[in-house]
Amino acid sequence: MTTVETAAGPAQTMVLNMGPQHPSTHGVLRVVLELDGETVIKARPEIGYLHTGIEKSCEALTYSQAITLTDRIDYLAPLSNNLGYCLAVEKLLGLEIPKRAQYIRVLLTEMTRLNSHLVWLGTHAMDLGATSVMLYCFREREEILKLFEMVSGQRMMTSYFRIGGLALEPPPGWLDRVRWIVEMLPARIDEYEALLTRNRIWLMRTQGIGVISAADAIALGVSGPSLRAAGVAYDVRKFFPYSSYEEFDFDVPTRTESDCYARYMVRVAEMRESLKIVRQAMGKIPAEGPIKANAPGIVPPEREKMKTEMEALIYHFKIFTEGFSPPPGEVYQRVESPRGESGYFVVSDGSPKPYRVKVRAPSFVNLQALPKLSEGGLVADMIACIGTIDIVLGEVDR
Amino acid sequence: MTEVTDKPSGEQNPIVQNLRKWDERAIAEVVEFRGELTLVIPREHLQRAAEYLQAEPGLRFEFLSDVSAVDRFPIEPRFELNYHLLSIPLRQTVRLRVWVSGNDPVVPTVVPVWPTANWHEREIFDLFGIQFEGHPDLHRILMPDDWEGYPLRKDYPVEGFRT
Repeated sequence: MTTVETAAGPAQTMVLNMGPQHPSTHGVLRVVLELDGETVIKARPEIGYLHTGIEKSCEALTYSQAITLTDRIDYLAPLSNNLGYCLAVEKLLGLEIPKRAQYIRVLLTEMTRLNSHLVWLGTHAMDLGATSVMLYCFREREEILKLFEMVSGQRMMTSYFRIGGLALEPPPGWLDRVRWIVEMLPARIDEYEALLTRNRIWLMRTQGIGVISAADAIALGVSGPSLRAAGVAYDVRKFFPYSSYEEFDFDVPTRTESDCYARYMVRVAEMRESLKIVRQAMGKIPAEGPIKANAPGIVPPEREKMKTEMEALIYHFKIFTEGFSPPPGEVYQRVESPRGESGYFVVSDGSPKPYRVKVRAPSFVNLQALPKLSEGGLVADMIACIGTIDIVLGEVDR
Repeated sequence: MTEVTDKPSGEQNPIVQNLRKWDERAIAEVVEFRGELTLVIPREHLQRAAEYLQAEPGLRFEFLSDVSAVDRFPIEPRFELNYHLLSIPLRQTVRLRVWVSGNDPVVPTVVPVWPTANWHEREIFDLFGIQFEGHPDLHRILMPDDWEGYPLRKDYPVEGFRT
């Protein structure tokens, strides 16, 4: 507690604990606020309530087994994390992935982005009092989750991308479902925009709130939509293309206001761009072709071959009992997750288990900017600031 | 310096050449693996090199993506710190590596150069027990404040210690 000078004379500040059980902190975030009346003087995020030691657990699993943990890092974008980890290990191994698998990966990670942005929009709008938007967003998100279930058998913890390609062939008719979603969503996004973009309450709650300069954002390592809303067009898909992103035609939406409204506008525009990529991917995916790299000893053999060929049986046994060993070395693979630059630093010592897996979680880094966004503002705007960074606590704490 | 004739290909990299021109002692070793450039920096030169890499107009590594530690127990020096740098205007990346002894796990902080390092360094202090000299607010971040031991060290069992 400190004494501050106010118009009415010196006054004591108040320390308020926000969270870890608070509906607007999107999980178990705790922010220690120092308030002068309604004004936030200091905000100190306290994290770690959801720390599960995922990085340590990875060191005890084989390279393939660790994929299941990457789902659980960011549970709103499991496929983006699967992709980052798989690409890192594939880079270590020097594997070439068939084009068909690459395009399917692109399509599904863009669907993940849509899924994540829908949850973000719904919960953020609900935090600020627009409850109906949440219901609509979750209705559409359910359709995307049904697609994931159709493809991988799981709604959320998909683990569908494997080292060397995909887990299994997508079922017949899956592209019809994608087409249906792609045709349905643009009109629905227009509906959300009709509810919010020119809504006076929405504008008052978001415009000019939580402003951060581009220089500060870069210094604090902010990436993703929050950085692009500050006018910096950094998108990993454009800067360091992976999984054939260089073959896709899409724009990187940016704004310059860098307030909560700008971040909202960037994310909505990104949803439209994702749909554009999905449409192109649908046209590119060949009807037939391999979905796994030709790498015996790393990619499990087909079931049929296992029953007829001795060699395939041996490989199968070896992959699932001891795993495979990439050459010693380390790689850092960045991918553009819905929240920003998601990085996987994988170190191999030549054994079948990763020596170290470090996850550069965009939420963890972006959350560091929260004091910058909220200090000097009103306590009610704190909610808007937390929502607008789009944190997933699973990823912050790992 | 002795004359080295068969320099590795990493030496031709403009980033390496720029740093060599600035200070010959700044880079102890250049490693290239899978197209990723790693510069091994002696601990005492880290802060100066960081400042130079961040501000030099030909490099402009203004964005620190990540700092991660690796425990090479029981090899000595035991710890390895990896700084992943990115230059948005010049679209280039580089990794800095600093070796840290297990007997004296202290590294100068880079928070004055890249404020984002604040939480990264706290996380490494929390999980590896490496001290960052000059860090403004060094205390545990993920584990509880009264936790004993450093969980990501290799001599710390995955199941934890039974008490």
